[in-house]
Amino acid sequence: MLSINWILILEATVLGVLTGSVYALMSSGLTLVFGVMEIVNVAQGIMVILGAYLSYVLSHYLHIDIFLGLLLTMPVMFLLGVGIEWTFVRRIKKDRVMLSILAMYAVALVIEGGLDLIFNASFASLQTSYIDASFQIGDWHLPYIYVFTFLLSLFLLALLYFLVYRTKFGDSLRASMQNRTAASLIGIDVEKVQAITFGIGVALAAAGGLAYGGTNAFNAASSYDLISRLLVIIVLGGMGSLRGAFVASIAMLIISDVTAVVWSPVWSSTVFNVLLVVLLLFRPQGLFGRLEGRKQ
Amino acid sequence: MKHLRTGGVLLFLAVLCAFPFVFPNPAVMTMAVFTLLFAGAATGWNLFSGYTGYISLGYATFYGIGAYALALMCKYWHIPGGYLPFALLPLAGLIASLFAIPLGVIALRVRRQTFVVVTIAMMFTFQLLAFNLPGITNGSSGLLLPFVPWSADFFTLPFYYAALVILLLSIGVSWWIRHSKFGLGLLAIRDDEDRALGLGVKTGAYKLTAFVIAAFFGGMVGGMVVYLTGAIAPAVAFDPVLDVAVALMSFMGGAGTLVGPIIGAFLMEPLQQYVTLQAGSIGVGLDLLIFGAVLLIVILFLPEGIAPSLRRLWLKRQAARVTDAPISKPEAREEALLLESSQGGKG
Repeated sequence: MLSINWILILEATVLGVLTGSVYALMSSGLTLVFGVMEIVNVAQGIMVILGAYLSYVLSHYLHIDIFLGLLLTMPVMFLLGVGIEWTFVRRIKKDRVMLSILAMYAVALVIEGGLDLIFNASFASLQTSYIDASFQIGDWHLPYIYVFTFLLSLFLLALLYFLVYRTKFGDSLRASMQNRTAASLIGIDVEKVQAITFGIGVALAAAGGLAYGGTNAFNAASSYDLISRLLVIIVLGGMGSLRGAFVASIAMLIISDVTAVVWSPVWSSTVFNVLLVVLLLFRPQGLFGRLEGRKQ
Repeated sequence: MKHLRTGGVLLFLAVLCAFPFVFPNPAVMTMAVFTLLFAGAATGWNLFSGYTGYISLGYATFYGIGAYALALMCKYWHIPGGYLPFALLPLAGLIASLFAIPLGVIALRVRRQTFVVVTIAMMFTFQLLAFNLPGITNGSSGLLLPFVPWSADFFTLPFYYAALVILLLSIGVSWWIRHSKFGLGLLAIRDDEDRALGLGVKTGAYKLTAFVIAAFFGGMVGGMVVYLTGAIAPAVAFDPVLDVAVALMSFMGGAGTLVGPIIGAFLMEPLQQYVTLQAGSIGVGLDLLIFGAVLLIVILFLPEGIAPSLRRLWLKRQAARVTDAPISKPEAREEALLLESSQGGKG
């Protein structure tokens, strides 16, 4: 009896790593935007769902492969992100940090309402030949889509790390993260960096949407479950830390998947939220976060 | 100025008391009850978030706790429908406040931006708990409240006056805080927390106290709403739209002011009720779309809110009048000086 449990736990752990990478992708966008502009993009959840719907429209009506479709959806979502930053976030001058959270919530409501109107709030799911196919390891059937989305996430995360740590733009981005005023003093166009960062964050949500839509049935209201998980992940990892978002995503998904098999699926998110509470008591800045620095 | 204000308050009260007799239509009355309740909730939210600047997007946590508290008390104590559940509302509020103590201790350990996120997570955790503890909450099928025995045309009247009492109580507490040393401390926290701490304001205790008081009103309003609607389920009790609604109302009218949340609620809630009613015939999602669009417009064009913008306009006019006749209006000159000094202070 016990040995069977261990196999289940091992399977859950593998699954946790595979899906955790997808959450790492989605939360990277969120934590990056926070790092650069101190803005919590609470619309990230609905952006993921929007990305999923875009993939759905492309594959369902235009018969474009969903992974190939990313070449189209990611640039579109990037432009959407830049547009939102330019139209709303940049215009807020007074009490920017707090009001921008409300503004992003408003954007989320508008998109959610729009999606409900168009798709009628019923559940949709992505359909391709390989979504239902699976391969066998021992007695365990693992759907191909989990492996594909895992590889996609790793590829995009690698690209993101390269962009942030090995390019000129990455230097500007990290400089803006450390000290906005000093960065603009040495000639970095901080506003441009912000707009591009926001675009990247939303574009990552498009890829996350493909992965989410490939493994779950979704409607606009799914965004609430998503955003609450993503927010917990970035607080746990330390807001603004890419490494933290990655570690916390993998940890969260392993913990919730293991909880689902050992205890019950309904408790999987709760256990993680309890961990968040415990962490906040002992380490308010998160795993890899910095304490609030000197005011600039 | 002082007479004008007293007169205004009395007129406001008289209109609110007389309203049910002028518009006895049940549909209008239901809208009015919800408006009063949301004005109370927004005032409660403003007590903490408006005065301290710590935006909470988890106010529905306390609304939901109050709602479940009332439903459970009615269930286990076999309370019949009628006036008795109204008497239990303060208890529902107190229970919400009790929950707010540990939640506040945890949530207030982090800095402002993270606080928003933690409050959102807190609300969703409670929603999950409501789903996952069927032994207490009856899970997703929810709980029913005692049947209200009144006839259709009388039905909303007791609710209306109970809601009015809650609103007046919240305004009273908000007024008292605003004019006390405690309130000054809260406003100091909003302006510069480190400096306030340095000047000897017990920022931690102040924030927690305000957080707990705010939760009390959230709980009362939640209890009242479920008694009015007659049933409760996790997604309705812990509703993320409510989190934004109270924040939007406060920001629209002017967060951190006494009348701001009331103005916001009186404008927003009837609109929301109306749109939700109409949305059924047009399509799901329209209400969310309009709600979000209004919120965006408010943030972009009225970031200070209606009340502070109007006040500034009025003071400007007074200042203009002072330069015309400086001696005859000593009060107005005082206001003008105040305006000047506040402008100088900002520069």
